[in-house]
Amino acid sequence: MSGQPENFGFGEDEAMLRDAARRFFQDHYGADALHALVAGDSDLHRPNVASWEPDHWRQVVELGWPAVCVPEAQGGVGMPLVAAVALAEEAGRAGFPSPLLSTFQAAFLLQACDTAAARDALRDVAGGNATTVAMHDRRGAFGAGATDVTCADGRLHGAASFVQEARKADRFLVRARHADGCGLYLVEAGADGLEVAPDAIVDLTRDQATLSFHGVEAVEVAPPGWGDAALDRALPAMLCIVSADLVGAGEWLLQTTVEYARTRTQFDRPLGFFQAVKHPLVNCMLAIDGAKSLTYNAACAVDHEPGRALGYARMAKAAASDMAVSTASRAVQFHGGIGFTWECHVHVFFKRQMHGQVLLGDARHHRALLADEVIGVMAA
Amino acid sequence: MAIPSSEDVERREFRAYCREWLANNHPGRPPVPLPLSQLLIDDPRAVEWLQGWQKSAYDAGLVGCDYPVEYGGGGRTDCQAIANEEMHAAKMPYLVNIVGMGMAGPTILFHGNENVKRELLPPLLSADHIWCQGFSEPGAGSDLANQQTFARRDGDHWIVNGHKVWTSLAHFADWMILLCRTDRGDKYAGLSYFVVPIKAALGNGVTVRPLIKMTGETGFNQVLFDDLVVPDRYRLGAVGEGWKVAMTTLTHERGAAALVNPASGGMPLEEEGGVTTSSVSSLVDLARSQPRGDGTAADDAGIRDELMQMLVRQEAQKQNVRRARVPALTDHPTRLPLQGKVTGSELTQDIGALACRIEGMGSTLAVTDERAPAGGLYPLAYMNSFGGTIAAGTSEIQRNILGERVLGLAKSK
Repeated sequence: MSGQPENFGFGEDEAMLRDAARRFFQDHYGADALHALVAGDSDLHRPNVASWEPDHWRQVVELGWPAVCVPEAQGGVGMPLVAAVALAEEAGRAGFPSPLLSTFQAAFLLQACDTAAARDALRDVAGGNATTVAMHDRRGAFGAGATDVTCADGRLHGAASFVQEARKADRFLVRARHADGCGLYLVEAGADGLEVAPDAIVDLTRDQATLSFHGVEAVEVAPPGWGDAALDRALPAMLCIVSADLVGAGEWLLQTTVEYARTRTQFDRPLGFFQAVKHPLVNCMLAIDGAKSLTYNAACAVDHEPGRALGYARMAKAAASDMAVSTASRAVQFHGGIGFTWECHVHVFFKRQMHGQVLLGDARHHRALLADEVIGVMAA
Repeated sequence: MAIPSSEDVERREFRAYCREWLANNHPGRPPVPLPLSQLLIDDPRAVEWLQGWQKSAYDAGLVGCDYPVEYGGGGRTDCQAIANEEMHAAKMPYLVNIVGMGMAGPTILFHGNENVKRELLPPLLSADHIWCQGFSEPGAGSDLANQQTFARRDGDHWIVNGHKVWTSLAHFADWMILLCRTDRGDKYAGLSYFVVPIKAALGNGVTVRPLIKMTGETGFNQVLFDDLVVPDRYRLGAVGEGWKVAMTTLTHERGAAALVNPASGGMPLEEEGGVTTSSVSSLVDLARSQPRGDGTAADDAGIRDELMQMLVRQEAQKQNVRRARVPALTDHPTRLPLQGKVTGSELTQDIGALACRIEGMGSTLAVTDERAPAGGLYPLAYMNSFGGTIAAGTSEIQRNILGERVLGLAKSK
């Protein structure tokens, strides 16, 4: 903890911002409203549409959320990462369908580029430009050099897979291979030669797509060879955001299931009387709290102890991913028969957790890389 | 910039004072190796040496600093935690009177009459009197209110008969906090609470016998009462209010185990052999030293994953303690503090079990076999870890408490 403020840098300003977010989501994203918005159609062959309220995104932009961690020099608020983490936690608790979290990710990556073009793009983000990172190859990998997009003469060719919130984005930040290494490039959502093919995904609160580039004009924000270094620098903050989203959604699942266990009776007792229900719910709480503490620690480290931030962020994502699976699974199980239906709201958060737990690498992935750091790389 | 309040200044000066005193007053090496916890002490030489250390720390004002002056304390506010931190940082030995400091002291301070406080608190703080806890019985473990030890009133005295078990330190203790029954008609309202000078009564109403743990070690006891006479002035709280008084004790016990242990000092084993059987970094070193295939256990993907699971849990606990002090990041005041006992004791247990898997066949060797990896401490620590998950409220009882008090679920029987 040395080098970090004891309170994680979470002061009055951060608490006020978080409380405002909590009120916003209470007003607009009660479970009924969310279910009506994203789960109105249960038909397996329903049209593939991205269900969200662009108007709420505009309100969120007016509240300044995408700009919280953008430096003041680029028109942002310049708050510490824990502020964005608190917003992500509330967004997760609300299941908020929006480009907010993907725009946070893009902002961290742009900040790590440290170029004039990236700073211009950050200014746009602060102004409400919804930006998302296109960084996975077709296997879902995003490690050094892993991309199916190439850049030649300022134009992109190939495909980017598993792009989050693609249909809500105004702009894409694309990792592409160049003869001199990976660079990062900006592409406008309606650019000529860009094809956005939506994936049919399980999670109802997000959207995801495969982007195809047919000689698309792009603006370079990180020169060839710098892209992967920028991603390495941004990764701890990106992992914190995903972890915080999982923590928030986990808390929704816990509280919703606890409420059910307090009111639903069987054998003349509320379900929560039975230790077969009570103890696993306590285990969910333990898992949520551990993941939450680790997430705020990692976020604080990004600002105050950068040398240790990646290790801490891997711990946070590992804990959050495991917690996501257990909270989702226990919520459905303890809602019993009704929990297994479309009508019950729990499936919406179950699906969000299952999606989030693999985003940017699952628990085992991060533990393996953490082990390489802590124990040393395995003997062959 | 905020101007520091006079309290802040006082605390800063106190911290500096502690640091300086500790730098000049390390007690040196103990005459015999100290066990991981005070509750496991089995050698009178260790007790005597640790009493000397606590007495000197007390005389210097580092123990009992927040107790009122008239009861032998330092009359300060919020300073014990600072002294504890400094003692820990300076790798001082732990304070031997853990039951006294952690449980008896706060209970006497809260429920004792003036005479009892003046008589008992100063020697408790200085460790002149070692304390033990007489709560558990053969039929009263998790169901603590099922007390069968009975105190019968006889004028200004009580005549106690019964049987206490799992009584750590009773073979050294001068005093005991005793929960027992004074009315058979009411389970909870039939209990009363006493402080009892057991050493003075040895052979005269009190018998202490060692209990042998599954490890073969002693370290705790059973205590038998046969017409023990206890003066009524040693009753804490009203007759029939023993359960309420006991809750004060247990609140401090759980708080002590989970967060800032008011009796904390240091970790002697860390200094001794460089091995702490409850830390992940020691486990990583162990894995590196255990041959496996062509390499070591540290090259086994499964072991590596398990090691990192432990590391993540260890860090999570550390960060939970930190977050518990940030109200803006906690939605419920006792949600995090009440978790510490169950997560801490279960992590220690799982680390012990993982250590045995890392050692493989080596884990079959006991401490008495010189070829045992790490001196055989890990299989021993694994067995001892069940003390942590059973004592002071089993993990199952802890989960009931968390489910009921924090989540608001219906009370289980």
